[in-house]
Amino acid sequence: MKQRFRNLMVVLLLLLPLIVACGGDEATETPANTGQANPTEAPAATEPPAATEPPADNGGAATETPAEDNGGATTGTITKDNPPPVPNAADAKQYSGATITYYGDSVGLGAELDQILAKQFTKDTGIQVEIIPKPQDATENYATYQRFFQAQSADIDVMMLDVIWPGAFAQHLLDLTPKLGEAAKQHAPGIVENNTIDGKLVAMPWFGDYGMLYYRTDLLEKYGYSKAPETWDELEEMAKKIQDGEKAANPNFVGFVWQGAAYEGLTCDALEWQASSGGGKIISNDGTITVNSPETAKAFNRAAGWVGTISPEGVTSYKEEDARNVFQSGNAAFMRNWPYAFALGNEPDDSGNAPVIAGKFDVAPLPHEPGQESVGTVGGWQLAVSKYSQNPDAAVEFVRYMTSPEVETYRGVVGGYVPTVLSVLENPEVIAAQPYLSKPEVANVVRAARPSAAAGENYNQISTIYFQGVNQILLGAKAEDVLPQMESQIQRLLR
Amino acid sequence: MSQDVIASGKAKANANDDAGSFERSKRRLAWLLLLPTLAVVAVVALYPLAQTIYQSFTNARLASTQPTEFVGLENYQYLLKDSGFGKSIITTLVFTLITVGFEFVLGLAIALVINSNFKGRGVIRAAMLVPWAIPTVIAAQMWKWMYNDVYGVINDFFVDKTGLLNEPVAWIAKASTSLASVAAVDIWKTTPFVALLLLAGLQVIPSDIYEAAKVDGASRLQQFWSLTLPLLKPAILVTLIFRTLDALRVFDVFFVFFGARPDTQTMAIYAQQNIVNFSDLGYGATISVAIFLIIAIFVVIYVTAFKVEEA
Repeated sequence: MKQRFRNLMVVLLLLLPLIVACGGDEATETPANTGQANPTEAPAATEPPAATEPPADNGGAATETPAEDNGGATTGTITKDNPPPVPNAADAKQYSGATITYYGDSVGLGAELDQILAKQFTKDTGIQVEIIPKPQDATENYATYQRFFQAQSADIDVMMLDVIWPGAFAQHLLDLTPKLGEAAKQHAPGIVENNTIDGKLVAMPWFGDYGMLYYRTDLLEKYGYSKAPETWDELEEMAKKIQDGEKAANPNFVGFVWQGAAYEGLTCDALEWQASSGGGKIISNDGTITVNSPETAKAFNRAAGWVGTISPEGVTSYKEEDARNVFQSGNAAFMRNWPYAFALGNEPDDSGNAPVIAGKFDVAPLPHEPGQESVGTVGGWQLAVSKYSQNPDAAVEFVRYMTSPEVETYRGVVGGYVPTVLSVLENPEVIAAQPYLSKPEVANVVRAARPSAAAGENYNQISTIYFQGVNQILLGAKAEDVLPQMESQIQRLLR
Repeated sequence: MSQDVIASGKAKANANDDAGSFERSKRRLAWLLLLPTLAVVAVVALYPLAQTIYQSFTNARLASTQPTEFVGLENYQYLLKDSGFGKSIITTLVFTLITVGFEFVLGLAIALVINSNFKGRGVIRAAMLVPWAIPTVIAAQMWKWMYNDVYGVINDFFVDKTGLLNEPVAWIAKASTSLASVAAVDIWKTTPFVALLLLAGLQVIPSDIYEAAKVDGASRLQQFWSLTLPLLKPAILVTLIFRTLDALRVFDVFFVFFGARPDTQTMAIYAQQNIVNFSDLGYGATISVAIFLIIAIFVVIYVTAFKVEEA
């Protein structure tokens, strides 16, 4: 008996490294589960803003319109089956016969539009496009590209890049300035700046995202408010009054929902609080870390005060969809979210029932401190060309087409994607599909970029330090204690 | 005199040689038979471990601009100052203590019940294993929804159905209840496993000694303390080792529940974050080595405790 169990112990000891090694593997091989690290992928990949039936659609009449009817016209005739011809076709034909690999959208409408547009591109230029759906999860997606670049692989030519990745991947991406520098001038300057690393344009803006304040027009009216709140104080006051009033009839009702979980989305929300309070944008253009300031401390302590008062206690574990579920089911007066929630809030479900809030909400810029400006954190996706591509010229032509005003208009109308080309933002058909774009105060809100360019390959780490610190504050730590720590941790990485 | 000593020593050595040559060849054969096993262990366990230890002395990163260099003890120096890792050790230890404790007590009780004879025992034994059979990630997601403060069934039960609580609690989000809520999931899921291991131990105990105890007039409780527990000791020890090591490496439930939330990171989550999210292979390897050492300490404690018991 004794002997047997001693043997057992020896076996266990021998197994120990194995057990530990397995633990290690588990850790390194589960990037698939490290989900939702990035808020911008939710709208882009899993919830395509489904404005496939813009209000302009007159009972299907639009889809019947034959192609010859719209030759170059700009009103009322853009349909999904009718992608724009390639404007640069004549030039691009010189690369005819080349094949490029494109890591495009993985599911839903985005993937469908990729197919349609690539087919049109091949038809007009003779360049073959092989589309591979990118990993749906942003973190896994990031890791996939990282492996390609580590191997200097030519198996990938064109790829979708999240707005925060150009800094990390810049050294592996083709400088697009010589060929697309002119075209880039049509795009929103803030995003172009984000994609310009060390003077090189490494990615072209494709579609955008920014934080907005959703509010219930009916409830504001009911409680005597004529317009959306402009300052955080006003928001708090309105949210409290509405919540107190509604709670009697609906115990689940809350004033304000947002994204408070410890993930990339909180970096976006917190950046908005900080920047709209005069606290800077985490890392300023000259490389100074602007985290530890009285303004930022005040902004974060204020947000911590919402938890359990005008926001549910669970908000510190909310992501985009958690917030949207609460707001869309009529249980909140205000919500901070990306544009994708707009179309969904008005869209009937499969059985034809419109959400309870349909037609009863609108969007406004997020509030700010008195004397400061409203700010919306930039999200969105870019197209880039790998430095290791065998057909860089053909790949650039594909990017030129996909980011052209024509294609952005098409995608804006049939897909609800927010265009990055400034002139397309004013296109009436795009506005019909995305009405909030016509509100100048929303469309022209100050866009705050996360500091991915300054952080480079350390961005994920810096963002994690930031959102973990903010999450701690939301859970009850004092901002004055946490901010100096955050600052020194970020400092260490920037050296 | 010194001559004598040497001579007698030699004689003794010779005698040993004669008796030992058979012993030696037997030992050689034993090693030979062990060789395939050792080779497999070396390839699948020792090599990765050595690789990890080597990497922990470098600044290796994925797709980095900097070349990988040997940095000596730099990673380990940083590890000692890293409050995040320190916090994760405490979180993991507290979690381990709570879960292993509850799982052991509940598992033992369940094992004793299903070891006794009653109708439908087979069905109960099978049904009991259902939580253990559900993949952890799925079970965790299920519990996460049950815990939800707005639509979760647990709040529905405590607030709407029974009125034990006045208003819904955000079990996972709240700092004071988050660790308890995640521990409850682990206990729910793993108690059947513990019960099964202990049941196996119980079934090895011959029934005649209980009959003898009964004849001697020992009460049920006396039987439990003086017979069942001591005889179950080996099974208990194996169970505790399994559970402790598992709990120290816990990853999935925490990952689903909290993601990268700073106050609830376990050691495994902390390592994963550095390796996958930050692609900081060097420092990640350092953390992995630290986890290895911590787990090794526990194994040594258990094994020596067992040896002391035996002696």
